[in-house]
Amino acid sequence: MAILSVKKLTKSFGGLTAVSNVSFEIEKGELIGLIGPNGGGKTTVFNLLTGIYVPTSGTVELIKEGKAKQLQGLKPYTICRHGLARTFQNIRLFKDLTVLDNVRIAMHKNVKYGLISSFLHLPSYVKEEKKLVQKSMELLTILKLNEKKDEFAKNLPYGEQRRLEIARALAAEPTLLLLDEPAAGMNPAETSDLKELIALIRDKFNLTVLLIDHDMSLIMNICERIYVLDHGMLIANGTPEEIKRNKLVIEAYLGEDVGDA
Amino acid sequence: MAGFFKKSWAVKLVSLASVFILVQLLISAGFIDSYIQATIATICINIILAVSLNLITGFTGQFSLGHAGFMSIGAYVCAIITLRIGTTGSFILGVFAGAIAAALVGFLVGLPTLRLKGDYLAIATLGLSEIIRIIFTNLKITNGAAGLSYIPRFVNWFWIFIFTVGTVLLIVNYIKSSHGRACIAIREDEIASEAMGINSTRYKVTVFTIGAFCAGIAGALYASYFYDIAPKTFGFLKSIDVLVIVVFGGLGSISGSILAAIVLALISTFLQSFSEIRMILYALMLIIIMIFRPQGLMGSKELSLSLFKKAGKLFSKKERV
Repeated sequence: MAILSVKKLTKSFGGLTAVSNVSFEIEKGELIGLIGPNGGGKTTVFNLLTGIYVPTSGTVELIKEGKAKQLQGLKPYTICRHGLARTFQNIRLFKDLTVLDNVRIAMHKNVKYGLISSFLHLPSYVKEEKKLVQKSMELLTILKLNEKKDEFAKNLPYGEQRRLEIARALAAEPTLLLLDEPAAGMNPAETSDLKELIALIRDKFNLTVLLIDHDMSLIMNICERIYVLDHGMLIANGTPEEIKRNKLVIEAYLGEDVGDA
Repeated sequence: MAGFFKKSWAVKLVSLASVFILVQLLISAGFIDSYIQATIATICINIILAVSLNLITGFTGQFSLGHAGFMSIGAYVCAIITLRIGTTGSFILGVFAGAIAAALVGFLVGLPTLRLKGDYLAIATLGLSEIIRIIFTNLKITNGAAGLSYIPRFVNWFWIFIFTVGTVLLIVNYIKSSHGRACIAIREDEIASEAMGINSTRYKVTVFTIGAFCAGIAGALYASYFYDIAPKTFGFLKSIDVLVIVVFGGLGSISGSILAAIVLALISTFLQSFSEIRMILYALMLIIIMIFRPQGLMGSKELSLSLFKKAGKLFSKKERV
């Protein structure tokens, strides 16, 4: 059963068409890779899915409990409430806040007390805050960040900042998790930890994952299906094995074969 | 854990009550003359203004220069009501009516302007406070440029203390709630906070409205304490004064704002004896302090018991070495 269905998605910036006529579907529970050369339009697709950009044309449909919901043109916070959460390529943590606060903030949409209770710290506030801390700590424990809960996000080492971004996205309780180059700048050991982590959270939180990365060892190892974007167009899709052998993909990455040169 | 919370609340309550009783005793015993009383009133009014502006600028990251405008709405509404009725009840009514009127204007103006960012928002809010000032200069009910005078004084140390502590506590509580954290997230990274499900426009407008409400209270207290008000009292410079307190105390630090309101009032009282060069010295001091402490007195930290404990630990470590 498809959970996300994208049809003829197009985005132009002035004369430049960054994403053109991209259509794809994601099944529930899948781990999908989105790859392509630099400037291929991968992050633009993410920004279109999460509402940071408004598509020039095309539709994005989220299917939840049998009901289709059009996402294009909605604000990012509404899309997040519908169950899409993401991480950012260039880490965008709340740097001057603690690890715990970063996670707690992402849980805000489920907080049940109102303005009056936040002014007066009524019992509903105390109860909800306690629950928030407890839920955040569970999440941080899974991501092995629980001992750093009072550290400022900016003081974490790079790999842990990436993990915190994933923790924050998970705190928003998504059904579809979008990871934008989570392995960027990681060494092979860290990448292999990340691989396990992604597999773990997918099973634990019942997630569907869409993953952008340049690290082929990561993508080829854990993704079940891969879409390839080049110059804003979808040029291939298939299993890792198929993609490895696909002529168009090899051309896109290595350039065209010009004969006997 | 629960025991700790109760203890810290008890400490807060006792220290607040003792400050109140101490000043009240000094006033009754005649140690505090009317000049010092006026200084205390100014400090408290500035604390309300600075803390509420800090909520908008320091915590939510929205640069507003319109605080004097909201203050003037509170002042005029309260003044008009107490001038007509003239009972303590009417004063309370006036304070809240003024605050609500200011909040309403803040809400209506916030909706379109808070889509602007940074400098643009500053200019829009500056324009707003000038519009409010000019409206008050031209209305009949506000007595034009001459302003209103002989406003009955109902404000005493008791009311000033209640309203100052009340607004500060409400704002501190708000910041420590999930809603407050959402505001801080907007300051830190608006795109990321939106992607995490936070409706940034909604929180900006909420915070702007809360800030306007508190500024309205401050204005009402001002009108009732200082007998007379005129549009020029609430000019551009008043907004700047408040902003100076906020920046000087530290953007994002409530205790910093309170400390700065007190320190700046003391400095300007002290400089009263050098009347010709007073403003030069005041400005010079500000420049020197900002050079050596650009993040403000407190940075974004809060003055708290645990901070003292930390400092104590650091100190005892140094001694041992």
